[in-house]
Amino acid sequence: MRIEGKGLIARDHRVSFTFDGVRYSGFQGDTLASALLANGVRLVARSFKYHRPRGILTAGSEEPNALVTIGTGGRQDPNVRATVQELYDGLEARSQNRWPSLNHDLLSVNDLAAPFFGAGFYYKTFMWPRAFWEKLYEPMIRKAAGLGALSGEDNADRYERAFAFCDLLVIGAGPAGLMAALVAGRAGADVILADEDARIGGRLLAETYEIDGKPGHVWAEEVLAELRAMDNVRLMTRTTVAGAYDHGTFAALERVSHHRADRGAGAPLECFWRIVARRSVLAAGALERPVAFRDNDRPGIMTAGAVRAYLNRWGVAPGKAVTVFGNNDDAHRTARDLMAAGVHVAGLIDSRHDAPEVQGVHMIRGGQVCGSTGRRSLEAITVRRAGGEERIQTDCLAMSGGWNPSVHLTCHMNGRPAWRRDIASFVPVAGAIPGLRAAGACNGAFSTAGCLREGAAAAVEALEDLGLKASEPTLPAADDTPYALEPLWAVPGKGRAWLDFQNDVTVKDVKQAAVENFRSVEHMKRYTTQGMATDQGKNSNVAALAVLADATGRGIPETGTTTFRPPYSPIAIAALGAGAEGKGFQPQRFTTSHAATVARGAPLIEAGLWYRPSYFPKPGETDWRQSCDREVGYVRNAVGVADVSTLGKIDIQGADAAKLLDFVYTNMFSTLKVGRVRYGLMLREDGHVMDDGTTARLGEDHYVMTTTTAAAGEVMKHLEFATQGLHPEWDVSLCSVTEHWAQFAVAGPKAREVLNGLLDTPLDPQDWPFMSCGAVSVLGVAGRLFRISFSGEEGYEIAVPARYGASLFDILVKRAEGLGGGPYGMEALNVLRIEKGFITHSEIHGRTTAYDIGMGGMVSARKDCIGKTMSQRPGLEEPGRECLVGLKPVGPDGRLLAGAHLYRKEAEAKRTNDQGYVTSVCHSPTLGHMIGLAFLADGPERHGEIVKMVDGLRGVTTLCEVVNPVFFDADGGRMRG
Amino acid sequence: MRITCPHCGERDHREFYYKGHALALERPSPDAGEAAWDDYVHQRENPAGVTRDLWYHEGGCGAWVVVSRNTLTHEVLGTQAASEARA
Ligand SMILES: [Zn+2]
Repeated sequence: MRIEGKGLIARDHRVSFTFDGVRYSGFQGDTLASALLANGVRLVARSFKYHRPRGILTAGSEEPNALVTIGTGGRQDPNVRATVQELYDGLEARSQNRWPSLNHDLLSVNDLAAPFFGAGFYYKTFMWPRAFWEKLYEPMIRKAAGLGALSGEDNADRYERAFAFCDLLVIGAGPAGLMAALVAGRAGADVILADEDARIGGRLLAETYEIDGKPGHVWAEEVLAELRAMDNVRLMTRTTVAGAYDHGTFAALERVSHHRADRGAGAPLECFWRIVARRSVLAAGALERPVAFRDNDRPGIMTAGAVRAYLNRWGVAPGKAVTVFGNNDDAHRTARDLMAAGVHVAGLIDSRHDAPEVQGVHMIRGGQVCGSTGRRSLEAITVRRAGGEERIQTDCLAMSGGWNPSVHLTCHMNGRPAWRRDIASFVPVAGAIPGLRAAGACNGAFSTAGCLREGAAAAVEALEDLGLKASEPTLPAADDTPYALEPLWAVPGKGRAWLDFQNDVTVKDVKQAAVENFRSVEHMKRYTTQGMATDQGKNSNVAALAVLADATGRGIPETGTTTFRPPYSPIAIAALGAGAEGKGFQPQRFTTSHAATVARGAPLIEAGLWYRPSYFPKPGETDWRQSCDREVGYVRNAVGVADVSTLGKIDIQGADAAKLLDFVYTNMFSTLKVGRVRYGLMLREDGHVMDDGTTARLGEDHYVMTTTTAAAGEVMKHLEFATQGLHPEWDVSLCSVTEHWAQFAVAGPKAREVLNGLLDTPLDPQDWPFMSCGAVSVLGVAGRLFRISFSGEEGYEIAVPARYGASLFDILVKRAEGLGGGPYGMEALNVLRIEKGFITHSEIHGRTTAYDIGMGGMVSARKDCIGKTMSQRPGLEEPGRECLVGLKPVGPDGRLLAGAHLYRKEAEAKRTNDQGYVTSVCHSPTLGHMIGLAFLADGPERHGEIVKMVDGLRGVTTLCEVVNPVFFDADGGRMRG
Repeated sequence: MRITCPHCGERDHREFYYKGHALALERPSPDAGEAAWDDYVHQRENPAGVTRDLWYHEGGCGAWVVVSRNTLTHEVLGTQAASEARA
């Protein structure tokens, strides 16, 4: 029921919405909860376990009951708190966890079976027969107990992530936060003021307090106007600061579009912020706690502060005859505000015998509400008082067990709050989050004047830390009544009294846990599931702790506290992962020949972040092997062109460049002549092979190193470490130039012919022997040429600045095609190198040594290098180690499989007989059968022996001959030309 | 976590690659013996308190940085370029 003239809603802006298909209307400024209450809708949900009818308990993000589903399909958003959802025209909300409908929920039978579902029920019940758990019991429980569901469709909404930095982050825009932001803003600090609400003001919007003689919300508007006018203050509404992390880092979720029917042009649904603040003020306020009494979960029973919020902010009377039950003076405000608004208050029950008198209402001092009745919502309460029980007809009970400061964020870095007996609450401990100061209600200062005072003081202190001059502010005049209460956690009596509404945990459950010796709060929590729902027990943890303390005969501080962890309120995984789906999952790196490669229909294969062609199919080819074999043929018989730009290229310059290379490679590079290239092997400091590649000496003090595609980043870090960390005295500089140069392999008997038409000076074989390098002019473009080969044929790699790459690739391919060749992809490249016994990271996989790959001799005896000392450890070079060999199947059709293991011919294929494993295999079109590279115990001494290859996974056994890993042109005559 | 790169200033830890204890800067001579090399390559303390470790500003300037920090409080006590930490 709406009260004329009350509330901060736009009365001239009516909006229409539906709940479970029924059309209602509300106003702009309403939440779904306030609009439902205004329409007299009390029953909005069914509880998690017992399917009890539930209504709206609170007016904020702590709401445990009123969870609804908004939207459908890819935009279905379950478990939305109706108290947070802003109303918009066309909003469609549905209730959850009920079947077939909210009014007639067949699973409410669970409530009758409640004795079976008490604390720890799933540890005790359904134990037998064992097999039934997975097949029957668990699916059944999951179906019966639950929250809302996703649609199963892809999320249709966009999410974003963003970073922000500031001097001072103020969390919460109630009186304390507004005052802090104002003081800091006036002092010129870079301020972010964040609040989860759409509207600034916090509790001032829900109360009738006055500040400086004005209504609180008017004062808030004035402060807001002043803050808006400051360039150094950013206001972030609808933004929940959800986590506090190291070094002033905070996580925050901004709900950008939940309050509108359309998402706006390109606007995301939510934005996940990382805010880095040099100092912060927590002004998160406090949350009211219910009182546990029999059937205190009936729709119509709400927190007293929520009743005031609906009345004062939204102009809604949540009942026709409201009763108020509390243990503190604050609850009295509810009765007074209601009466002032003309709502009938049927009774004010205060558990304190000495409670101050409130005029004009039927007041029961020293009384306790001990039960409620009503079919689907509250109809009457029973009050236990001196002289007996009294039944009061009421459709809304406003209850207050006191207020819990919102200490949550101060616990995110292991901080434990301290118990304050005078307010029967936990408060933050100073310094729990470095740089953060708590102010106002979240710090236990509950009066308006206290909030303003603490907010200003926290800002002044933060400004001092920041080295900014703060003028002592004049505090506005406000109410400073002390907060008086007498703890009341649970009203004794029969029946079930609810603590955790969202997880259906009762006083009885907590007591049962204590009886069964789950006395530690962490044990009780897990045994009963108290506080483990999506609201993390915001309403209930302290009361549950008090009940446990009582049941175990300890005080509350001795019993402990529960741990609050981020996030403060639920965050969608989609927001956390914003930008990291689809192509945002990881960056893509394309070569300069990418477009031409795609245009030729080449399937792409990922190599790290790079995309490289597998093969270039031709019309009529139906199988990748046909294309691959053809491309191998290009290189062996004519000429092939491949983009090898993905290999890491590191430019190394300086007087000590040679020293660095001698230090990181096992072999000598200081002796390399200018204009020559050398193959180098690099070890990790533990003596295992790290990477290999060729390095060219372009000048006396200038080298360019190539790394494998996979290890480019790792090698760069490694060289930088050797330079900066181990030999900072050396004069040497490094620069990754991988993306600066487009580089193409041109290989095959006709390679020189392809190049000669392009180079301004034709190649003279005398000047360009195998392993030479130098500057060339490519159609007038300054480039580099390296005579190196990864195929075993006469080969060159030609490099030009990347901007010429696409063009050069086209020209090279065209020329190669004119000579009976063409482009080749990774498959052919792999076959060519296996035929030659060249290794890749399949062989240097991190556990092999130079000795294992037959390069023990490359570790120079004349100098030290990284990994040398450790590579000489006994065990790393001794007989019996698995070393590189070639494998050739016995018989033309024998299959080889990478990953298969090797055994002696006659031995049983079991672990203890294992002799090695296969690393690379291919069909060799050159030889007409499969070939493989493998590591075999004492392999090099066993050439000619027949061993057994067994792939247990794929069930393949093949007899193979152990051979030299260089299958083709063993003396290298072809590549030397 | 925030790390101050000596060249780039305070940055998010995600810009950095973590290597391990700054002991890696104290490379023994080739003939220092097995024990010294074993310690250098393999043996690491796991202190509850102050430690010095190496971070590489991979998403930034490429500097190796020695970070002194407290493993209990996560406080960063100071940073220094690795090239200067040794000099
Ligand atoms: Zn840097």
